[in-house]
Parts: sequence; structure tokens; C-alpha cells
Amino acid sequence: MIKDTVLQSLRGLFPDPEPVVEEIVTEAAEGDEAEGEKKKPAKKKKEPRNNGVIEHDYAQYGYDIDVQLDPGELLAAVMIIDKAGFFLESVTGVDWIKEEQLEVVYDFSRYDFDTCRVVIRTRTPRAKPKVPTISKIYPGANWHERETHDFFGIKFDGHPHLVPLLLPEDADFHPLLKDFKP
Amino acid sequence: MSGPIHIQPGETFILNVGPQHPATHGVLRVKMEMDGEYIVKAETVLGYIHRMHELMGENRTYPQVLPNLSRLDYLGALGYTHGHVLAVERASGIEVPERAEYIRVITVELNRVASHLFWFGAFVMDLGGFTPLMYAIEDREYILDMLEAVTGSRLTYCYYRFGGLYNDIDDEFIDRARAFIPRMRKSLKKYDALVTGNIIFRKRLEGIGPISAEMCRKYGATGPVARGSGINFDVRKNEPYSVYPEFDFDVPVYDECDSLARYYVRMEEMEQSLRIIEQGLDKLPEGPIMPKKKPKLIKPPVGDYYQAVETARGSFGIRIVSDGTKNAYRFKLRSPTYSNMSLFDEACEGMMIMDALALMGSLDLVIPEIDR
Repeated sequence: MIKDTVLQSLRGLFPDPEPVVEEIVTEAAEGDEAEGEKKKPAKKKKEPRNNGVIEHDYAQYGYDIDVQLDPGELLAAVMIIDKAGFFLESVTGVDWIKEEQLEVVYDFSRYDFDTCRVVIRTRTPRAKPKVPTISKIYPGANWHERETHDFFGIKFDGHPHLVPLLLPEDADFHPLLKDFKP
Repeated sequence: MSGPIHIQPGETFILNVGPQHPATHGVLRVKMEMDGEYIVKAETVLGYIHRMHELMGENRTYPQVLPNLSRLDYLGALGYTHGHVLAVERASGIEVPERAEYIRVITVELNRVASHLFWFGAFVMDLGGFTPLMYAIEDREYILDMLEAVTGSRLTYCYYRFGGLYNDIDDEFIDRARAFIPRMRKSLKKYDALVTGNIIFRKRLEGIGPISAEMCRKYGATGPVARGSGINFDVRKNEPYSVYPEFDFDVPVYDECDSLARYYVRMEEMEQSLRIIEQGLDKLPEGPIMPKKKPKLIKPPVGDYYQAVETARGSFGIRIVSDGTKNAYRFKLRSPTYSNMSLFDEACEGMMIMDALALMGSLDLVIPEIDR
């Protein structure tokens, strides 16, 4: 199963194997969440979750592996995904304005019948959002990152051509930021 | 990979294809740096009909967004609304009666045939053959009339509801759908005889516009584009949703990687869709089309949900980040043509311009769906 191999290599990115304390899980977070336990439906999300790998129930969420990491580890994680033969589904952002953070979400999936959907998230401060580009590994990320830059103003470090794609070429606004006023 | 175009003085010139060009079938612009008839570099310019559906998805409640989805792709709108209702049903745990799912599958497949028919006509017209478009539109009209009778609209359907359907199908629809299947099979034979063997058609497509499987992976191409490159990937089979596991159908895959392979894939897909419709009509269960228990107000629990469906153009994904209120916190639409088109800049380098237009036609572009 590709899922187990990918899980193992992605867990290798997180040096200390302390159990991932999941804020979304109500209270029974004492077991190693990532060991394959099914998640209970989320109750209330108070704080941003810690970095780490979570295994999700596909039927409930629509993806199997959910990874959150620092922008610095992003390229290493994407390289693991690339080696495992995943294709890039999309790149997008989420504005967590209360936490003063912007989240960049990368979706990966596979062409074969050993299906496994991987979501990689990384957070960056809202005041100076900057994430390394993955367009060197997946050239398809070029457009997705330009779009994310359009909508959220996230700078993709090393991107070859970070100019507005969907918005007008002189656009200086980012419509999907929660404090955007048209 | 797209990048800024620098003109080499005296060597090359810039050619603008679009934004108003008949071959782009919409407002798409490609800036091409040309060396005579050959493309040195191409840069696609998007956004001419960008409408920010994702922001509208955040400003409106889930049912209010439903009509937006069919404005993405006016040729295969049902597939997109199907994705949205499935995503919200997954997030809020709404059960769908079996009859409703069967009718969804039947109508989605009819819509897929209609979409491929129009693509077929337009594609052959791009290559210089006008007549097939007229035949294709006649068959498509039959489907549109049929769908209009049950959904109430011809293109921008808003037929599905969370948990079921807006309207049950009647005997007239079933009779017409049954009559359509042999008619369409006959038409497919006619198209094959009319177009596939044509020497000009073949010379324009065979070996033209190669897209390797690795390129598909790097750019995230899906749908007939990936299947024409030897990738056996169809969300209906790989990540089964709705009642697709109960249907017996094949996924056509061709290894040639050229524009002709993509043509074959779509033509065969129509036949497979007919098979699905046929089985759906045979197996159609009786029962309600809306669930008995359904929340009055749709408020999915906090979380991040993803749903992929196979539309006529490829894998359409929808991500809903819910904060527990009646509006989505984030509403992301992953449109298949966006990824399919993004490989065009790299794929058309070094090609002759007319070949590049054939390649563009074989990608089956619907611009409102790229721009969203």
C-alpha cells in the first residue's frame, strides 16, 4: 500500500516522534492519533493544530493523509510526494484572520487504483506571507501559485513569473483575504 | 513553463492568439513568440471572464451557491453541480435516496454525451470540417430538450439539491432516453465513418501535440487528456462516488499520447456513457427523490472537506472549509481544464501554429471554467 510508505516517509520529516496533540479531537488525544485511529467528528477548533501527520477517514473528509509543516520543510515533503508518483491536484490558500496566519494547502492524488489523497498544509504569518515555490518540482504549480498570489497575496519564493493570472495585470488587491473590501 | 517573453530583435515576432479568436472558443489569449510558422515560446493569458466564484461561495449560503456551479462549465454543468452537492452531503452527512443517485448518474452521463458531442463538432470545425458540427448539434439538441423537460433549463442546470433532486423524472423522459440510446449509437457509427478515416483529419492529428504521461503528472492533467496519454485514471473508477460502483463500464485508454488518441478517448467515452445510461434506466429503483430527514439549515461541522468528481473534462475537485456556520469559510474549486491548459505553454513549444491549434482543440477547453 502506497499510503503506508508515504506515511512513513512523511513522518520522517518530524524528528521527535511525540504524539501529535490534536486540538480538533475533543479530549481523548492520549493515544498516538496518527497510528490509524479514526478521528471523531470535529467539535470546536480553538487553536491552530500542531505540525504533524494525521491519517484521515477518506469517507468523511475526502482525503487520507493530512500533513502540516513549516514552510522550511515544504520542499522536502513535496519531493517525497513527487518520488511516490503523485500528481498535483491544486494549490490554494485559506485566510485564518483570527490567528493572524495564512495557510497554503497543497493537494496531491494518484493516477492508479492504489488511491491515496495527500493534503499538505503550511502556515505563514499574515503580515509577511512567504512560502517557497514548488514549481521547480511540479511545473504545474506555476499557475496555481500565481492564482494563490492573486487571491491571498502570498509570495512564492523563487517563482519564475509571479504576476497576476486571473486578476487584472495591475491588480493590487487580494479578494479572498477576509478583510478585503471591494 | 510560462515566463516573460523577451523579443529577440529581428529574429522572432509576437503573435496574439485571442482574446477573441474562434479557435479558442472563448476569451482566451495566448501570446506566442513565433519564428516564422514555428512557436518558440507561448504564454497563456487568462482572466478575461474571471468572476470570482470562490468569493461568492464564501458570501452565500450553501444552497445559494448551487446555481454558481453550473456557470463554471456551460457544456457539462451537471457534473459540477454534482460535485458540489456531494461535497456538502459528505460534510454534513446527508443521506441520499438511491433513486435520486441513479437519476443523478443518468443525467450526468447524458450531459457528458452532450458535452463531448459539442466538443466533437467544434474540434472538427477547428480542423476545417464544418459538416460534422451540424450533425453533432442535432444529436445534442435531443439531449438538451430531454434535460430541459426535467431540469427546467437548457445549459445552466440547477437540478440537484442537497439530499436529492428538485424534480423526479417522468415516463416521457425515460422513453426519450431509451429512444436516444440506439439513435446515438447509430450516430456514433456515422461520425466514425464521416470523420475518423478522413485522411486530412488523420494527418492533422496523428503524432501531433504529444503529451507524455510524466508531463500529465507534473501538471496534474486529468480526464481524456490523461487517458489519451496512457494513464488509466477516471475518478468514477479510481475513487468511486455516487452509485458508479454498481455500473459496468470501461475506461478507454490510449497510449499514443497524441491529439488523435484524445479524440478516440472521447468518442469511446460517449459509448461508455450510453452503456451507463442504459443500465441506469434498467435498474432505476422506485422510491423518494429527497430524504425524509434533512436539516433545514445546512451547517456542516467544522472541518476541511474535499470531493472529486469526474466531469466531461476531467477531475473536478471542490474543497469546503467549514467553520460551522451556514456559509463556507473557504470554497475552493479545482477545475480540470485549468490544469489541462497549464501544460499547453510547454507542450506547444517548437510546434507549428496550426498544429498547436489542433492540440488546443484536443484539450477541450471551456474558458469560464478555467477563469472561474
